[in-house]
Amino acid sequence: MDMKVAKKKLGLKEKYRLMTRDLGWEPTYRAKDEVFPYVNYEGIKVHDWDKWEDPFRLTMDSYWKYQAEKERKFYAIIDAHAQNNGHLNITDARYLSALKIFLQAISPGEYAAHKGFARVGREFPGVGTQVACQMQAIDEIRHAQTQIHALSNYNKYYDGFHAFADARDRIWYTSVARSFFDDAMSAGPFEFMIAIGFSFEYVLTNLLFVPFMSGAAYNGDMATVTFGFSAQSDEARHMTLGLECIKFMLEQDPDNLPIVQGWLDKWFWRGFRVLGLVSTMMDYMLPKRVMSWREAWEIYGVENGGALFKDLARYGVRPPKGWDDAEKAIDHMSHQFMLGLYQWSFGTSFHSWIPSDEDMDWLSAKYPTTFDKYYRPRWDHIRKLAVAGTPFKNFGLAKLCQTCQLPVVFTEPDDATMSCHRETEYKGEKYHFCSDGCQHIFDNEPEKYVQAWLPMPSLFQELNGDIGAWMNWVGLRDGEDNGDYSGSRDQRNFDQWRGMATSNT
Amino acid sequence: MTVAAIKEYVGVPRDRVENFNGKQLVYVSWDHHLLFAAPFLLCLPPQTTFRELVEGPLSALVQPDPDAAAIDWTKVEWLKSNQPWTPDFERSLADNGIGHKDQLRMRTPGLASLSAAA
Repeated sequence: MDMKVAKKKLGLKEKYRLMTRDLGWEPTYRAKDEVFPYVNYEGIKVHDWDKWEDPFRLTMDSYWKYQAEKERKFYAIIDAHAQNNGHLNITDARYLSALKIFLQAISPGEYAAHKGFARVGREFPGVGTQVACQMQAIDEIRHAQTQIHALSNYNKYYDGFHAFADARDRIWYTSVARSFFDDAMSAGPFEFMIAIGFSFEYVLTNLLFVPFMSGAAYNGDMATVTFGFSAQSDEARHMTLGLECIKFMLEQDPDNLPIVQGWLDKWFWRGFRVLGLVSTMMDYMLPKRVMSWREAWEIYGVENGGALFKDLARYGVRPPKGWDDAEKAIDHMSHQFMLGLYQWSFGTSFHSWIPSDEDMDWLSAKYPTTFDKYYRPRWDHIRKLAVAGTPFKNFGLAKLCQTCQLPVVFTEPDDATMSCHRETEYKGEKYHFCSDGCQHIFDNEPEKYVQAWLPMPSLFQELNGDIGAWMNWVGLRDGEDNGDYSGSRDQRNFDQWRGMATSNT
Repeated sequence: MTVAAIKEYVGVPRDRVENFNGKQLVYVSWDHHLLFAAPFLLCLPPQTTFRELVEGPLSALVQPDPDAAAIDWTKVEWLKSNQPWTPDFERSLADNGIGHKDQLRMRTPGLASLSAAA
């Protein structure tokens, strides 16, 4: 009689081998170069793809199990948030501006990262790499979805959320994040990994997610805290993949170092510019603040980033070229951005406002060398204009940087009274930049950046400068989504509903 | 170095002058007057005289600054592409050599109400 033998359960190591490395094969009737046509042109030399380490050793079957569990928890909390009037538990409806910017500019970036990782997962020949990229591609689309779902409850009650997809494609400030991801997605697979996997996920992500999620927690936004937690364990995997990729390149061949260093210089600066808006959120947009942008930079930029580049020094990598200019900008950028957002608020699908006396005292305590000297006088004057019934609106629109696409709101690194003017000529056309960092990126690949779709010039090319037609096109409802928070419908509704929830009048 | 690519790669600029319906872009900024967060973007016909640019859109845009009323336009120092330059107020942008996407800067020594000393 045959004895039924229980199948031996696979060990983790064996399972990983069978379900990742063993899934690859050597092509026989096509050359390897034909199957993986994009892996050589960037100049990165790889001698042995098996040297790619995957520290997580996660296989697809366990991946699905973990993610499904997280989804169940996430949607249970999101349901509870909606049923318990979570939209009234936030500190103040000014907080929502940070969410609106996030939804219009950053969540679409998650989707772009999904597309990018799906592509490079196909373009890299190594199996370990392919599987890791595939998982990250699925993570990123899940993040985009959970963020949209988490914030959709606010869309039922507040302005500025309803047309985030149109805003993503069309409104002027989202082109900053969009061009960042378009730049990465139109680069080769290795550069994409440095851009998203390393610079964004590893060097800069703490500056985005930690302040953003703590800000949500401080301000009573349970929906955002929940998607933050749901994404957090994925982020750890993403950071490891980014770090692994850079170490892999540097260990495979010494010729890779100058190429990698060039990408680090470029993508640090691009990331720093995109994340600049976080500084404004931290210093101005959170009714209950977590820490200043300067304090966050000390922890996540100087300490963490410094330690990372010290670690990478053994490969010959030096800190990114723009590091010193970034440091010089830290005490200025949030003020420069918020002054810009306020004066162009007729064209934003979120509200901005003049900081109160209390806000300004906090800012001068956090920025003792810059706020009172440079920025308080401007806010005081802007307030005077508002009190006089002639609120400041800058209808001049703005010169945009050809590379990062931000309005050129920045000053010279060593002179905060002087606006930074940088320009170059290429094939008979003039191009303008916000900084040496952005000009340097253009000079390295002008053919790429001359194609930039800059929203302000396009307003004149396509709509002859008609602001009303432009508002319709971007999905911005004048008098509802835009302008000063003071007197807005969001303010009125929040105060009224909150009053009904907390008092008897 | 141009773009790393698998074949010849030529970019087509999106904001060439012929795409602006007969007009051109001019950027104007006022040194040390950072109430205005970025240089102004103006879109004007190249036949516009410099005086029309100054007395029209530019004068209107600088109004919110407390120094605006004190500007003596005959004494303003100008820069074009960051080099000192003297405009002819009666001639057109084209005749003044102000090309598409040129950046003009104005300087008004002595006027700096909202600016800290450098």
